[in-house]
Amino acid sequence: MRRKIDIHYVTRVEGHGNIKVSLQDGKIEECRWEVSEAPRFFEAIVVGRKWYEMHHITSRICGICSVAHQLASLKATENAFGVEVSDQTVRLRKILLDGENIQSHILHVGYLVLPDLLGMGSIIPLASVNKDELMRVIKIHRLANQICEIIGGRTTHPVRCVVGGFCALPTEDELKMVKDKFVQILSELQFFAELLEGFLPKFPDFERETEYIGLTNGTEYALYEGDIGSTDTGKTGVENYLEVTNEYVVPHSTAKFTKHARDSYMVGALARFNLNHEKLLHRAKAVAEMLGLRPVCTNPYMNSVAQLVESVHSAENSIKLIDEVLDAGLKDEIVDEESSNIPVRAGRGIGAVEAPRGILFHDYEYDSSGTCVKANCVIPTNQNHANIQKDMEELVPKIAHLPEEDIKLALEMLVRAYDPCISCSTHYIEVKFTSSTNQKNCH
Amino acid sequence: MSRKPKVAFFDFAGCEGDQLQIINLEEKLLDILSLVDIVSFREAMSEQSDDYDIAFVEGSITRKSDEQRLKKIREKAKILVALGSCATTGGINCLKNSWPSLEEVKKRVYGDKAYCFETYPSRGIDKVVKVDYYIPGCPIEGEEFLQVVKALVMGIEPRIPNYPVCVECKRNGNICVFEVGNFCLGPVTRAGCNSRCINNGSHCWGCRGFVDEPNLNAEKEVLMKYGLAVDDVLSRFKMYNVYRYKEIEG
Repeated sequence: MRRKIDIHYVTRVEGHGNIKVSLQDGKIEECRWEVSEAPRFFEAIVVGRKWYEMHHITSRICGICSVAHQLASLKATENAFGVEVSDQTVRLRKILLDGENIQSHILHVGYLVLPDLLGMGSIIPLASVNKDELMRVIKIHRLANQICEIIGGRTTHPVRCVVGGFCALPTEDELKMVKDKFVQILSELQFFAELLEGFLPKFPDFERETEYIGLTNGTEYALYEGDIGSTDTGKTGVENYLEVTNEYVVPHSTAKFTKHARDSYMVGALARFNLNHEKLLHRAKAVAEMLGLRPVCTNPYMNSVAQLVESVHSAENSIKLIDEVLDAGLKDEIVDEESSNIPVRAGRGIGAVEAPRGILFHDYEYDSSGTCVKANCVIPTNQNHANIQKDMEELVPKIAHLPEEDIKLALEMLVRAYDPCISCSTHYIEVKFTSSTNQKNCH
Repeated sequence: MSRKPKVAFFDFAGCEGDQLQIINLEEKLLDILSLVDIVSFREAMSEQSDDYDIAFVEGSITRKSDEQRLKKIREKAKILVALGSCATTGGINCLKNSWPSLEEVKKRVYGDKAYCFETYPSRGIDKVVKVDYYIPGCPIEGEEFLQVVKALVMGIEPRIPNYPVCVECKRNGNICVFEVGNFCLGPVTRAGCNSRCINNGSHCWGCRGFVDEPNLNAEKEVLMKYGLAVDDVLSRFKMYNVYRYKEIEG
């Protein structure tokens, strides 16, 4: 018997892509993860643009992780020109990144994954059934967005981040407000973790060993800075990123794929947890323990749990950072967007940060006038594409005996677990699932 | 309307930041649900329906093969609203249109596999189908979206400003960006953002598109008076407005 299943648009993910699976007697004939998103050619369109425009343009690669794109971009430009930023700037950038991390993770775990666990198509029905729970999840999301708005001027495509620092700063009172919001987030996250604990049995029991890659450094749970860490090969400098990412183009996908020590690797919250779990702050560790997340965790579905653990960490971390900024005394370090103090020169610069979905690289070459002549961006979701495919290849034979709807759900949940950001890698998931046993068609 | 209008969201080439701005309305989005039924919103829900009254479309059209999907949406929707810069003017995606050859653009990104990928000059959705209303911005302002939805539900014309950002900026008491020696596209750019970028220490980048009859020559003169070279002025005009600029200047 041959079965053909077409799922058009896996929903509740950012962007458009395809899954094509074809089975013959429980064996895979074809298993392909395709991205059919319309390419936008950012690496070409920034060529000819000025240094002070780069972060503004590359921010538009992705609405959800625009903070991370801006920071990777600014770090690349600062690296090219040899610009050092102040301790205060680093702290404020980290707070902004923590805010985005929480906003993005809660959007994913709360709005996109939770419906699977509840057996619903979206979180909208919760508004009538479990309004209190829904309002508390929305509250975390809102608070995180408000934090980004205060520090960055806006969450989606911030306006205050510039080469060398910030063109506007929060006041001391605003920073205290931000701290209070993180405190509220911590308490709501505790509630969310307890809610998620009850759903743990619904996470598919699927393990596959792979390589995990992310930023790592000796002092903290790395999000803003560090070396490239791998669970297979250890540490290497960010300047060697091309040797790690090895991007390649496959004709069936407008997004590029990557591989390192194995056929594929994973980036994102689970990868960071596996690499840097010792550096998690106190409450995040406790939540990890409570939710049964232990290193090295090789179940990709647990990425959502790792995201919740990280959200707790980000809130704790920023509370600490705000205290540090306030203790040092908030300095009036306004940097003009096109400041003549920036030592523009010819050269190449690389910037890496952890976006919510994983390690992100921007790499620019400038001429002596500060005009971009070459650019390369390696996006987290691109780095996960090959790993999603390998997971599917191993998962499908194990679940091939299940009813069609269960197979679909397991595959959709797998893709969602990675929190793919396909706009980033170019957007849409169109799942085409073909299962064939014997030679008969039954659509 | 006697029943709640059915609303659907769709996207083409873009960052989905505009739909995110709608999700970022947080609790207010729940209030919207008392006015409309959201029947398709792929980014946030699994349910999908082809039966809708109002379609919001994000993203620009960047390849021929996407035109058909957009035309189908137009056929089904009673009202079609362009959401965000990419949909209203083509936005930042049009930067590639300035390249001498799109083949060169493809090669830059995909190397010797460039032949696998289709692209054409990026454009706003009104270059392919009739658009009823526009909500500009990169990203859109959530409050402006709310106002448009409320107007449509009440059956009145949504109003998007056709005066420059300077009007809002002055009202906000900002010191003029030109006075502090920087450049600004506020004088030719459509208001409605409450001069957000200038309030936050930046300048206007022109993301909401030009007002209907922008005085580009006057703006050019002002920018040059403040020391910008012609190339630099044009480059700044084009950041978000390559398509429109070419229409005006030929």
